[in-house]
Amino acid sequence: MFEDWVSFGYLLSAILFVFGLKKLGHPRTAPKGNQYGMMGMAVAVVTTVVDMHFLPDGIVGWTIIGSGILIGSLIGYIMAVKVEMTGMPEMVALFNGFGGSASALVALSETWKWIEGTSPEPGLETTVTVVAAGLSALVGWMTLTGSLLAMYKLKGGIEVFGKWIRTPTWGPAWLNPVKGLLFISVLVLIYLSIDDPTNTDYLWAIIGVSCILGIILVLPIGGADMPVVVSLLNSLSGIAAAFTGFIINNSVLIVAGSLVGASGLILTVIMCKAMNRQLSDVLFKSFGGSEKQELTRTKVGSDAEEVAMMADGAQKIIIVPGYGMAVSQCQHQVKEFADLMAEKFGTEIKYGIHPVAGRMPGHMNVLLAEANVPYEQLIEMDQINPEFSECDMAIVIGANDTCNPAARTGEGPLAGMPIIDADQARTVVIIKRSLSVGYAGVDNDLFYEDKTMMLFGDGKKMMNELNSAIKEL
Amino acid sequence: MTPELLIGAITLFVLSIFLGVELITKVPSMLHTPLMSGANAISGISVVGALLGANVAYDGGQTVISGILAFVALVLAMINVVGGFAVTNRMLNMIAGKKRGD
Repeated sequence: MFEDWVSFGYLLSAILFVFGLKKLGHPRTAPKGNQYGMMGMAVAVVTTVVDMHFLPDGIVGWTIIGSGILIGSLIGYIMAVKVEMTGMPEMVALFNGFGGSASALVALSETWKWIEGTSPEPGLETTVTVVAAGLSALVGWMTLTGSLLAMYKLKGGIEVFGKWIRTPTWGPAWLNPVKGLLFISVLVLIYLSIDDPTNTDYLWAIIGVSCILGIILVLPIGGADMPVVVSLLNSLSGIAAAFTGFIINNSVLIVAGSLVGASGLILTVIMCKAMNRQLSDVLFKSFGGSEKQELTRTKVGSDAEEVAMMADGAQKIIIVPGYGMAVSQCQHQVKEFADLMAEKFGTEIKYGIHPVAGRMPGHMNVLLAEANVPYEQLIEMDQINPEFSECDMAIVIGANDTCNPAARTGEGPLAGMPIIDADQARTVVIIKRSLSVGYAGVDNDLFYEDKTMMLFGDGKKMMNELNSAIKEL
Repeated sequence: MTPELLIGAITLFVLSIFLGVELITKVPSMLHTPLMSGANAISGISVVGALLGANVAYDGGQTVISGILAFVALVLAMINVVGGFAVTNRMLNMIAGKKRGD
């Protein structure tokens, strides 16, 4: 009797996921939302274990199940705690790949039961299972290879035997029809395997083509579009879980999977809007990073004392952080600078945060919050931009594309991307290791303007020098 | 699987998609990454399928490979779930936790 009601646990779990996702979208309730998600997952796992207990054989694989849960949790926890906040975007991409492949592996495992046991009778159940397993494999394996490639793209490259190899961005126009062809061929393979579900040739072909699809989907995408792709892959891993739900006819997999799939897609569209891009352009028009512009101009660098003199008595300074701040981990020095200026000259300090500064939205917020920068000083791009014209100094730390005026021209890879108007400030200080181009591979006119002072060097080192120069004023 | 069950499952699928679309409206950009990461952890729900698949006896030599596949799926899904929620929690503690002193 009791066992018939176990599935109510899945309903509770689904409700918790709905509330969790809802609350994650608002700053005040977001931590609670995450907790709801955790609870939902715990309820789902407990429900499943209780459910299995009532199976005819009960739970026969205790050791396997227990060790699987333990090993996975341990690895996941250690990875999550150990990761530097700089590497967080890559970590999200990697976890996402794991999720997608887990769904695909469950599908494969179910199919393999037929291969090892008895072939199924043709009928509705077999058809549904084969189609769902095929679709789950398509989306799941695609998510795995796509996410892994996205991870290395976010890192910028891969180290092989001590040699740094840059992750390529490559995508000629003819690749798009190829994607369509491969996609259709997977669908055909799934259709063929309905009549022959235990044919491993079809199985491997589906897996292989899906893996290739994931790679060529992500390969042409570069520049600031990477977060959008990771978000899209996240949506796909949800869809994979939903398809897996059809195989084992499990309600919570279907509900949670399609919830993530749909909300992930909406989030992807929201992120595109923040960059003034269309999702279809991101996916099918090769953009950024493919060809780097040659540098033809030079600029004389300044030193910390000069910058300190210019900063002397400033009323208002806006700091524009970018990925370089994350790499050099100089957020604490930045905070120290802000405190020094406020203390010495009563300077008003604000931070202008571009929606995609760093490698992921929110990246800068996380880093600056870690350095105890007050939340109120972190201003989003749209609000901060009108303020540059009245500010004495804009300090750009390790950012490039997000304040490149080339985006306003309507040409080139950055065209149409909204930027931080740092060039409107009276003086612009740019802390950067060199004049080299940013992620999108476009030279930045801002560097060469007369009012711009370049501080060439590592972010942390230059901020330290600047801070001691300020102290000596 | 009977046609009724299949129709039920498809209904669930379609309605959940609509719900998911309505759930996310305007999200401030600083929450994009935590939301993505949290949703990503939820997509590790395939852990349920992995659990069911890994529950096999290993005596008769049957269903060994399918069991191994499910075990690998279980490990990967647990990494996704635990790691995903933990990393989201870390991010949120930094951005949302400190604001306005509460």
